[in-house]
Amino acid sequence: MLYAAIWRALPGPLVVRLLLAVALAFAVVAFCFLWLFPRIAPLMPFNDNTVDPSATGVHLMDVRAAR
Amino acid sequence: MKLMRWGLGLTGDLLVTAGLLLLLFVGWQLWWTDVTANRAQHGTVSTLTRDFAAAPKGSTTPASQTPKPVVFGKAFAIVRIPRFGADYARPVLEGTSRDILQEGVGHYDGTALPGDVGNFAVAGHRTTYGRPFHDIDRLREGDVVVVETRTAYSVYAVKRHVIVAPTAVDVIAPVPQRPGAKPTQRWMTMTACHPKYSAAQRYVVFAELVRTYPHAEGLPAGTLAAPKGD
Repeated sequence: MLYAAIWRALPGPLVVRLLLAVALAFAVVAFCFLWLFPRIAPLMPFNDNTVDPSATGVHLMDVRAAR
Repeated sequence: MKLMRWGLGLTGDLLVTAGLLLLLFVGWQLWWTDVTANRAQHGTVSTLTRDFAAAPKGSTTPASQTPKPVVFGKAFAIVRIPRFGADYARPVLEGTSRDILQEGVGHYDGTALPGDVGNFAVAGHRTTYGRPFHDIDRLREGDVVVVETRTAYSVYAVKRHVIVAPTAVDVIAPVPQRPGAKPTQRWMTMTACHPKYSAAQRYVVFAELVRTYPHAEGLPAGTLAAPKGD
């Protein structure tokens, strides 16, 4: 439906439509890779891999005091 | 009836779109972050190499200076590990925040500097963002780890490894795993996520300093030779 509507909205003969569709898809991928994904990646649980300093402040303080 | 079919069709399209976006995200996370981070990290290593070479030769600065206030996120050393490949070289930056670890290996704030008494502790990604410590589980006892700074080359030899919970911060104590003990040896600790593609545990490798060479003198030939075995 959605994709069919976009296809119908594309102007010109078949070749032009195909090229436009490819360009559109490329633009969406570029937007995701360069803007969207770098911004949502930190919110992913598997990227939460550093120990929160506030949670372990006491331990780290001990380590530093021992220097 | 027509409205229902239209609604179903639209829902289907949206679900397909969501699926494609999720696949795209996986591809970005597992492949594209490596592409961009590797490019950036190799660039940083080149800049550091030029920078170190431009440092005044034959200066009387001792190999281990008194620690200066370090700038977070600033690259100050290059780590080379022959086990990870002949041309393996990664920048070491001050700090271990998420942003810093995407640009190279991160030096735990407050731990010793390369070649110093205590524990030079660093963290690196096991997967994604250039994955500098992807092969950390391939390190064997005796494997060489070379840390180059402006003033010196510090050559460490791998001693042992442990797999611990992420909260086991005593691995970066001045005497590894003995918080509070007074350090007399010169350790280096490398930490990475474990198992691969998970952050459930930490793979930690301890290495001890073998020798330090002044930067002007350079590394003896063969120090970075490929190690034997697998």
